[in-house]
Amino acid sequence: MDLMAPSPFGLQCEAGGFYIDPWRPVSCAVITHGHSDHARVGSDLYVCHRSTAPILRKRLGDVAIHAVEYGERLIKNSVTISLHPAGHVLGSAQARVEKDGDVWVASGDYKLEADGVCAPFEPLRCRVFITESTFALPIYRWRPQAEIFSDVNGWWRSNAERELASIIYAYSLGKAQRILAHLDPAIGEIYCHGAIEPMNAIHRDAGVRLPATRSVGEAAKKAFAGAMILAPPSAAGSAWLRRFGDYSDALASGWMQVRGNRRRRGLDRGFVLSDHADWPELLEAIAATGAQRVLATHGSSGPLTRYLRERGLDATALETRNGDGTMSEDAAATPDPP
Amino acid sequence: MKAFADLYRKLDAATSTRSKQAALVDYFSQACVEPASWASAAWAAYFLAGGKPRQVVSTRLLRRLAIEGGEVPEWLFDECYQNVGDLAETLTLLLPDYHPGEPLSLADWMRSRLLPMRSLGDDEKFARLRSWSREIGSDECFVLFKLITGGLRVGVSRLQIVKALAYVAQVDEAQMAQRMMGYAATGRILEAKDFAALIGEVGGIEAQALEQGRPYPFCLAQSWQRPLDEMPAVLGESRHWQVEWKFDGIRAQLIRRAPGWRLWSRGEDLISESYPEFGALAEALPVGVALDGEIVVTRTGDHAGIMDIAGIAPFASLQQRLGRKTISEKTRQDLPVAFIAYDALEWEGIDIRARPQRDRRALLETIVAAALDHAPAAPLILSPLVTGADWSALAAERERARSLGFEGLMLKAREGVYGVGRRKGSDRTDVWWKWKLDPMSIDAVLIYAQRGHGRRSGLYSDYTFAVWSDQEGAPQRTLVPFAKAYSGLTDAEMRAVDAIVRRTTLETFGPVSSVTPTLVFELGFEGIGASRRHKSGIAVRFPRMLRWRRDKPVAEADTLGQLRALLPVHADG
Repeated sequence: MDLMAPSPFGLQCEAGGFYIDPWRPVSCAVITHGHSDHARVGSDLYVCHRSTAPILRKRLGDVAIHAVEYGERLIKNSVTISLHPAGHVLGSAQARVEKDGDVWVASGDYKLEADGVCAPFEPLRCRVFITESTFALPIYRWRPQAEIFSDVNGWWRSNAERELASIIYAYSLGKAQRILAHLDPAIGEIYCHGAIEPMNAIHRDAGVRLPATRSVGEAAKKAFAGAMILAPPSAAGSAWLRRFGDYSDALASGWMQVRGNRRRRGLDRGFVLSDHADWPELLEAIAATGAQRVLATHGSSGPLTRYLRERGLDATALETRNGDGTMSEDAAATPDPP
Repeated sequence: MKAFADLYRKLDAATSTRSKQAALVDYFSQACVEPASWASAAWAAYFLAGGKPRQVVSTRLLRRLAIEGGEVPEWLFDECYQNVGDLAETLTLLLPDYHPGEPLSLADWMRSRLLPMRSLGDDEKFARLRSWSREIGSDECFVLFKLITGGLRVGVSRLQIVKALAYVAQVDEAQMAQRMMGYAATGRILEAKDFAALIGEVGGIEAQALEQGRPYPFCLAQSWQRPLDEMPAVLGESRHWQVEWKFDGIRAQLIRRAPGWRLWSRGEDLISESYPEFGALAEALPVGVALDGEIVVTRTGDHAGIMDIAGIAPFASLQQRLGRKTISEKTRQDLPVAFIAYDALEWEGIDIRARPQRDRRALLETIVAAALDHAPAAPLILSPLVTGADWSALAAERERARSLGFEGLMLKAREGVYGVGRRKGSDRTDVWWKWKLDPMSIDAVLIYAQRGHGRRSGLYSDYTFAVWSDQEGAPQRTLVPFAKAYSGLTDAEMRAVDAIVRRTTLETFGPVSSVTPTLVFELGFEGIGASRRHKSGIAVRFPRMLRWRRDKPVAEADTLGQLRALLPVHADG
């Protein structure tokens, strides 16, 4: 029998008595990271990385958490589980599960490029690799983040020169802090939406260096000319924006790679910035595991597995409810259902 | 090319008309002061105004370039293309990163690279494209493939180009619109002098254009959508209006100048060669005349040779004629055309567009009568006036339009001048109103969906609709597809439908998904005819979604019988 298998509750390790990122309440939930499509309410116990714990408390309330360090081994019924950096957001982890020498790794969401905010992705060897496949098409190839942030700062600077406010829509956990960490504070003041500030605090507590930010609510209306404002994607087009006077807005998301997605939103700019692996990274990560069998979930799992099968791997798509709907990080900007 | 790619990127990113205008003015003013870039600017204006060179590379070859250049299997290319919804963009995203080469201007690209490609074999074309695509950055690469595929749509209206060029050249907009007429005709090869002609001094250029048989900018009609009882208040008494039928044909200008004649479509393509039968008609006109009107196909059989509006065949016949590449004697016999004249724009070589409608009409009547006197068999019809004592009487006339095969009525102020383009505002006298019949409608079920292109790329936005083959309760009744529609929904509705399509997909065939029937829409259309080519036996014209019938269960959607009931009594396909 397979060490891990899909179930109506989520990806299950029956031998170990736990589920990975379950979408229904279970007794023991191993959480790869704090995005709300991976960490859902109602389970009895949450196992996660130390840096994810405060995020879960913030989002799920007072729940039972067993926090671990990267690489720390938990053993239950001869099943060993450990978490390893996934490079996706603060505290994000791949779950390595081993029983009788058979090693499985569930990647959760990941990217290979070191973003300067969270621990970089660590390649793991395994027999079976469960990979995300959000951007698994060869049209998705990211430019190095230094180039993107140079564009972001250049755009901010030119807006500031015209006394426009700059608004970037970015997911409140992860993307927002990644942008913050690379903004040039010499250009102007930085404000954050009320949903983002608490996540900033959690990052600062974890030792991530972020520039000084203020909550939008605290500022006078006139303060925003030339400033940078970070807001979640749901703020786009809302009445909340009125306070900023004249502004230019942008969305930071991997989906901005495709012009239609950009134009449909009627935003001034789209920055192609994702916390997910692009096509070359997915292929690189999969090859590095040495896995004979690959299960792909979310996004373009069909094309990715077909591509891998044509290259001799045993690859199949795995249905999960992680990464669906509005809750997932980049899904806030996807053409997918609201 | 880089300057043009930059302009394209700015226009593409701009969310307001004002910023688009600013980008255009920037580009063209820059070009104005550098004669070395006039040839490139001439091409830029051409492409932005909708001009297309003849396609030099086949789509098949571009697919091959994406597959081999991007090192992806064909099925994966298809998958990418469906997600992106644009071939040029898919190519740009799949081809490897570039190593900058020698920068080349847009005009050089056209002259020394793209245009000469026509004579090359596929392998040579492939090799060249592959190496060129490596020399340029992604913005330029995208524009290059857009130029090749001929779909440089960037949300800039023709009027905006006219405005920007008028501003830069310091001439008025009407004049610039005139200069731009025919500018974007398919297959032109542009040179520096063409840009010079756009921005040059007033006077010489206009005289030259007249000689070349250029048409005038078409006056386009506004849609009248207010109720009958508001017509007196807004439009005044009906006697101040010239009322005509709104024909369902192809709008065109027939220009008779020495030497010869020309026929221009509303899209400003020269179409004289497709309608050789207008030659004799044009010869019967005096030199220095421009007529505005509609091309229609006339009925054969009993009605053959009778030139009046009762003899107009349904639009489907005109479509058959439009599809012909070469016009044989048989085509001319089976699908004879006529020109319905409804305005005179030029008389004795002089532009008379500023004269009032009633004067132009009187002149038009004289011109048509004289031409028919001269050549009685000429396929020329004077657009008849529709009369009625008041707006109510005219409304009653309008109701007859459907059975006559017309779209409704046209209202033109008797004192009005011939306007340029589409004018807004009910206080103007140069507005033409189209007072169309309300669309016919039917409640239909969405059964297939396809992902859209451009702004809707990746979204399921193009739908196929069906009606029931039989009444509710009838055994084995099925859904019969009869129309495709992709307009009428708001963005939010489209996203909601997209989500439902994804959830209810049964099977996919390439880009098309079949879905469990759950969605009912009120579908509107302008016309309906019997058709042997469609499974349903019905073809509808301009179908679009009027309303999402969330309140209506699928079982209660309309039937083929109800759809057939809308067919005109004498419909003959």
